[in-house]
Amino acid sequence: MERIPILQMGEFLLVTIQVDMHDRLAMTLQDDLTNRISQVKARGVLIDISALEIVDSFIGRILGNIAKMAQVLDAQTVVVGMQPAVAITLVELGLSLTGIRTALNVEKGMALLTSTFNQDGTAIELSVLPRERADLYGET
Amino acid sequence: MERPEVMSIQSSADVVLVRQAVRQCAVDLKFSLVDQTKLVTAASELARNTLDYGGGGTVTIETVDTGDRRGVRLTFADQGPGIPNLELALKDGYTTGGGLGMGLSGTKRLVNEFDIVSKVGEGTVVTIIKWK
Repeated sequence: MERIPILQMGEFLLVTIQVDMHDRLAMTLQDDLTNRISQVKARGVLIDISALEIVDSFIGRILGNIAKMAQVLDAQTVVVGMQPAVAITLVELGLSLTGIRTALNVEKGMALLTSTFNQDGTAIELSVLPRERADLYGET
Repeated sequence: MERPEVMSIQSSADVVLVRQAVRQCAVDLKFSLVDQTKLVTAASELARNTLDYGGGGTVTIETVDTGDRRGVRLTFADQGPGIPNLELALKDGYTTGGGLGMGLSGTKRLVNEFDIVSKVGEGTVVTIIKWK
């Protein structure tokens, strides 16, 4: 069965979506990621969508679900690399991806995840919404 | 590619093929990247509706040329149960479960022209045009 690979790096999981996902593939990714978080006790998930040419309401819902399920399993999710045209379309479509943290690229996303945890490995309190807004609307 | 092109929508893999064909059509007409993305996203939403709510159907992809402007017209047709309350279905936030409630209303914002005809028990036809 067709699957999107999930890489493990320490306590983080990395996913790079490089194909035009059909809906069932997206749902498989959601299930696989949730299982892997629990199996390897991951603290963070980084999803690189720089190769995605569109994010429609279905993919938006899957990304939101992944973030929520990860949260319940005590892991943080960061979505990185959204193309500008995709961001413009998303906002016009009416999706705000509430609850999903974003970063411009993989490097910044990793820095965000790393800074989320202090040396004991416990999560520092996060303020999710302002950062997400800033990334979507280009505010500083 | 020959147009008008009629494609069948019977599986989620077909939705991907529709996205690719619509993208190709927008590229042929030299749409900007943002307009390509908007049109392909709209096509993806409507193709999924055709599949999930209409029980499958077809899309017709064609270019329109009025002399002073050119665009892409997409017609999604199914013989499904139809939509009993169109006004409600076009409202922001309305959903029957599948997506995020942005399907029809959001799609309308992504294109220039949007027309929907639905008869309960007969099916639904959605036509959109994006001008260059």
